[in-house]
Amino acid sequence: MNKIGLIIKREYSTRVKKKTFIIMTILGPILFAALMIAPVILMKMESDDFKKIAVIDENRIFDQSLKNTEYINFEFVSDKYFDSSTVSYNLTQAKADLKESDYYALLYIPHTAVQGNRGSVQLLSYQQPNMGLKMHIANGIEKHIEDIKLSKKAEDLGISQNDVDEILMVVNTNINVVTTTLSEDGSEKESSTEIAMIIGYICGFLIYMFVFMYGSQVMRGVIEEKSNRIIEVIVSSVKPFQLMMGKIIGVALVGLTQFVLWVVLTIGLVAVGQSLLLKDYNLADTSQNPMTMGSQLDNTGNPQDENAMQFEEIFKAVYSVNYVAIISLFLFYFLGGYLLYAALFAIVGSAVDNETDTQQFMLPITIPLVLGIIVMISAINNPSGSLAYWFSIIPFTSPIVMMVRIPFGVPIADLIISMGLLVLSFIFMTWFAAKIYRVGILMYGKKVTYKELWKWLKYKN
Amino acid sequence: MNTLIAENIVKKFSNHLALDNVTIEVPKGSIYGLLGPNGAGKTTLIRIINQITAPDTGQVWFNGKKLSSKHIAQIGYLPEERGLYKKMSVGEQSLYLCQLKGMSKKDALTGLKYWFEKFEIQAWWDKKVEELSKGMQQKVQFITTVLHKPELLIFDEPFSGFDPINANTIKNEIQELNRKGATIIFSTHNMSSVEELCSHIALINKSKKILEGDINMVREQHSAPIYELEYDGFFNKLETTLTSDYKILELNESKTGGNLTVEVLNDQMTSNDLLKRMMQHGTISSFRKNLPSMNDIFIKVVGDTNSVTE
Repeated sequence: MNKIGLIIKREYSTRVKKKTFIIMTILGPILFAALMIAPVILMKMESDDFKKIAVIDENRIFDQSLKNTEYINFEFVSDKYFDSSTVSYNLTQAKADLKESDYYALLYIPHTAVQGNRGSVQLLSYQQPNMGLKMHIANGIEKHIEDIKLSKKAEDLGISQNDVDEILMVVNTNINVVTTTLSEDGSEKESSTEIAMIIGYICGFLIYMFVFMYGSQVMRGVIEEKSNRIIEVIVSSVKPFQLMMGKIIGVALVGLTQFVLWVVLTIGLVAVGQSLLLKDYNLADTSQNPMTMGSQLDNTGNPQDENAMQFEEIFKAVYSVNYVAIISLFLFYFLGGYLLYAALFAIVGSAVDNETDTQQFMLPITIPLVLGIIVMISAINNPSGSLAYWFSIIPFTSPIVMMVRIPFGVPIADLIISMGLLVLSFIFMTWFAAKIYRVGILMYGKKVTYKELWKWLKYKN
Repeated sequence: MNTLIAENIVKKFSNHLALDNVTIEVPKGSIYGLLGPNGAGKTTLIRIINQITAPDTGQVWFNGKKLSSKHIAQIGYLPEERGLYKKMSVGEQSLYLCQLKGMSKKDALTGLKYWFEKFEIQAWWDKKVEELSKGMQQKVQFITTVLHKPELLIFDEPFSGFDPINANTIKNEIQELNRKGATIIFSTHNMSSVEELCSHIALINKSKKILEGDINMVREQHSAPIYELEYDGFFNKLETTLTSDYKILELNESKTGGNLTVEVLNDQMTSNDLLKRMMQHGTISSFRKNLPSMNDIFIKVVGDTNSVTE
């Protein structure tokens, strides 16, 4: 036992002292934080950017409905391009002028637009305009056309404008479907499908990534000892099983350390970034739902209320997630999946002399992992379907697939079967690996086949 | 009293028998040479003694007790295929290997200090192993093998990779350890070092032990009745003196004397008969039986067994 401790200590300390580990640990959170902050900064920069838009309005009616905002300014240039001889608008000229002018874009509203035809309004620009701008324009035009149609119809029916307003106010409804999961003990909690999906994805991918990263570290460690020829010195002091277990556990601790550091540093960096760069933005809101950025520019309805409601919902959804359960199950499946695959990686490492020979044995490891990812992607749309069910029970894919099911809620029975099978299979796999490992580490110089591995199993310890 | 007995060891790998009912007895305090051609099964036997692999059948006894994992700390092993972690510092690594043998950190540090000073390599402590030459690495390996003062030391080709000066240092250290009471199993292809160091030998060929015993007795057993003489003066008509019972193998004469190698063909004759005949003619300054070198024995015995089996 004491010897395993020594091995774990060595495996751990040499790895966390490595430059690559330190660089990864620092770069990872910077990358994650950048991924979270960057879209917000970009959106902010874009919307900060003052845009002047030339408008050719053939109907000459939208000058009131297209409202200027802090960042968007509409200038109506219909007169300039009106050719009285042909009684038409010279759009070609307008397009040509756009390049030289300081206009960001040219908005062309043909007279057919009043009929509300799809795709009749054009926004011409040299850059892809953002969502917010498009929505702002569409909303403005839409509302005006609606108003026109409405008042025309009202006139036809002989209803006064006041009555129309009253009717509109009365019929205005806003429905929001609140998803609520019922648990077996009868309690209810509000949930959000989107949040569950996002959490499921992140957890599944993290497990996939960690299993691959740290599993192959185990493999490389075994190959290193073999090619360094230190292995025989070590196994004359400790049992091969102790060496293998010490390595697997040591690397697992490195993985956990990295994970914890990533989480802590990412949260720290995001918090710092938020307070420094985005003083007036609430990152939590905007990053959860970038689409709301567009509606902030929308000043046709009552955006403040709507946004506030949306944010509140997201917050509620975010907080409705049972983080303690998810994190502890994540750690369980991370460790279980890692232990299962690390044993396989150790077999591969022991069977070859150098890393280039690993290719032939990697396929049986790669296939179930990739399969797990593929199933995960479809399982996320149907987390309680039979595909998701079976692959979250089978130990080789369960760490990935079960993690996407968990945020949606999984019956306790499924969890127990899946976790039990995972524990049983990694115990079996470790035993199995140890038998091949102890023979493999002392074999040099010949290309090993699967048949040979099978024979090693039967050697007496 | 034997430090180690390996009894009727059989070890089979998938398609060949590595050890076929091999028994060796390593006397306490001996330097025991384990000899044999490549692939004979020496390394497998050594691995079994080190409990790296287990025999299919057979027993290993250490000081009269069945060999078990608690004996690991009493055995030191320097394998033929040896190496160190390249990226670890020399000191850290030595400490690690000693602790794996069950030493406390404090004892290991004291011991390492002593040996590093003895070999004058204190300056290497913080260096990474990859910065050392192969010979330097071997010295570190040697230290970590012997540091825990094991009762039984096993060296597999210990001199490979050393220059003559360092090889000599290591040889002296091995003898010194033996004088201090350690029993040593020593596997090598270098027969002159066997003659120089070993008190006992065993020869393994084609998975079988074909020879074992005290080195002098082994050489005696394999010797032909050939004698070497040095004499002063001048012998006339040596052939008539020696008669047909003897065969002159080599004769070098000068004006003052000569040396002669002669084989006794008549097995009734003893060395005294030869001396008597020669003494009539002059003064004998030296007389000794010509014992075969280990190299000759090795080649002869291995060759014989190979021709029998083929």
